[in-house]
Amino acid sequence: MRRLPMQTSALPAPHAMPRERISKSKESNETMTDKNEWPLFEVFIRSKQGLAHQHAGSLHAADAEMAIENARDVYTRRSEGQSIWVVPSTAITATSPDDKSVLFDPADTKVYRHPTFYDVPDEVECL
Amino acid sequence: MNETTRDVVELGQWFDAYVADEKKIEPKDWMPDAYRKTLVRQISQHAHSEVIGMQPEGNWITRAPTLRRKAGLLAKVQDEAGHGLYLYSAAETLGVSRGQMDDGLLSGKDKYSSIFNYPTPTWADIGAIGWLVDGAAITNQIPLCRCSYGPYARAMIRVCKEESFHQRQGYEIMLRLSHGTAEQKRMAQDALNRWWWPAVMMFGPSDKDSAHSAQSMAWRIKRVSNDDLRQRFVDMTVKQADYLGLTMPDPDLKWNEERGHYDIGEIDWSDFWKVVKGNGPCNRQRLAHRQKAHDDGEWVRDAALAHANKRVARATRDAA
Amino acid sequence: MAVAALKNDTLSPDRQVLFDYAVMLGDTALIHGQRLSEWTSHAPTVELDIALGNQALDLIGQARMFLEYAGKVEEAGRDEDALAFLRDGFDFRNLLIVELPNGDFGHTMARQFIMGVYSSLLYEALSASQDDQLAGIAKKAVKEQRYHARHGGEWLVRLGDGTEESHARAQRGLDELWPYTHELFTTDPVESAAAELGFGVDPSGLRAEWDGLVDDVLARAGLSRPEDDWQPDGGKRGEHTENLGYILAELQFLQRAYPGAEW
Repeated sequence: MRRLPMQTSALPAPHAMPRERISKSKESNETMTDKNEWPLFEVFIRSKQGLAHQHAGSLHAADAEMAIENARDVYTRRSEGQSIWVVPSTAITATSPDDKSVLFDPADTKVYRHPTFYDVPDEVECL
Repeated sequence: MNETTRDVVELGQWFDAYVADEKKIEPKDWMPDAYRKTLVRQISQHAHSEVIGMQPEGNWITRAPTLRRKAGLLAKVQDEAGHGLYLYSAAETLGVSRGQMDDGLLSGKDKYSSIFNYPTPTWADIGAIGWLVDGAAITNQIPLCRCSYGPYARAMIRVCKEESFHQRQGYEIMLRLSHGTAEQKRMAQDALNRWWWPAVMMFGPSDKDSAHSAQSMAWRIKRVSNDDLRQRFVDMTVKQADYLGLTMPDPDLKWNEERGHYDIGEIDWSDFWKVVKGNGPCNRQRLAHRQKAHDDGEWVRDAALAHANKRVARATRDAA
Repeated sequence: MAVAALKNDTLSPDRQVLFDYAVMLGDTALIHGQRLSEWTSHAPTVELDIALGNQALDLIGQARMFLEYAGKVEEAGRDEDALAFLRDGFDFRNLLIVELPNGDFGHTMARQFIMGVYSSLLYEALSASQDDQLAGIAKKAVKEQRYHARHGGEWLVRLGDGTEESHARAQRGLDELWPYTHELFTTDPVESAAAELGFGVDPSGLRAEWDGLVDDVLARAGLSRPEDDWQPDGGKRGEHTENLGYILAELQFLQRAYPGAEW
């Protein structure tokens, strides 16, 4: 078991591998949607005033009003909600896992953005 | 070995190590086809079980003996519908559509938990299902909250949180019956007799005989073996049955001092396979019921879509 | 004429009115909730199954509060379950419209809308009741019923506008239910006494506003308002359709089969 982490680092993360080099399964494409199927909406819920909306899951609805009603019944039966957002899933633009290293790894080395980077004597308070 | 195949093999090794390291996989991440297929099969089967599971319990909503029981049971069956939806939504992140899953269920291609192919002839069955079937399901599901696939794990966390009331509700019903009149106690014992073995079989065949267990364990989809889960359930449930004053329908059930666990009698797997293959008491009824709801609802689903499309068309026209 | 219900002779006439009035509201909610719960596992989508279940739960919750309160007023040792499970049809005071079979989804949505609008108006008025208990229940229930009205109304619009088939089905549901809407606004002696005593609502006063709200949605849905011809009533007096007996046979089975048992 010890050697597994090494093996992990020896290979590039799959996210970093160019897509075309990977044999694609036919299922791995975008979700196939039957034309008679109600579209998919992503549901975001504010559980309490003062907190941000959080992704709760998804559901199908014919229109946005129905999506709100369905979200109310599916995701807030136990008083989990104060406010609901619904967004057609197709309206969301997301980063690709392939870009993860390009987009996010550079930030890892910018340690000077964190307060712990700076040395200040312990006896100086309120810093 | 050509280049692409080698990449896939290397990626596969990377993947196995990655999940073995308890890291999570998210929808758009690369994953082996077999991992994806296993998850689609398992999650959709799980979702179907929730949806079909509404029937045996829904059967008693209009006949629940008190208004408190009626409300509790209705809320529970609603939760099952909700859990089905959380799970369908998790499966959809893997590229399968809801329509495909509906077809899979209705065509009989996809399976659902065999436990729901048994009938609920008495009110005590509602107690026994909550206590035993939900008890077994929770035992099964708690480890799934740590499953390697993020959306499935998150759905299971939600499901487990909500399901804790189901088992308590079932046990409370059994408690009331087993401490009630002689007729009620008889009803409770009868239900236990009928549900015990099917509940024990819910964990599936012994891992030695289970085709998918080893790979699922390696992929951290499955976390605990079927036999270990079954043992947890048995140990927990025997004591609960004692408290009810009911008798387990297993003459070979006894405490094994050496193992620190209960031993149970031989499981009759022929009955399990009979039901899995479609010949349980209610297989045909459950599917026909689902098919009818689907067919009866078609004009409604079509109408809602037609209305939504008309609205978009009207808005576009008005804007022009 | 229905045989007069068994009365608790020791109750003052005012308390008797309060009891009868609370039972009337409780029975309508109970039978409506019972009917709606029949949809479980049959709805057009799993999402709608949950939605209908939620509305059934709202109604059963309202029934429990009204009946529990009626039992307290009566002081004869009857709780919500004794009233729900141990009375026969001629003692039930529910509106006839809620005991009709569910029909298809269009029929059910038409009823949810009709009753949602009606009960919203009724409970809004009842929130000002001089009886704190009734006012409290009404304040909670009015929110629930407004949601039923909104949900049902939006579905009527979808069905009315959707396809030829859905339009025809929604219109048929409406046509079948319409005669029974008349009873919503008739004033029973119990209701006029309750209104006079300051704790009840005379429903005849709700008609104009109900008409306006209903007409508005029917117009949006492209559905036509049925003619007012046949106007059956009797539910408030305990004179019911044949449906109620079957509803009670199912509802009350366990309590009747095992008298005195605790569940």
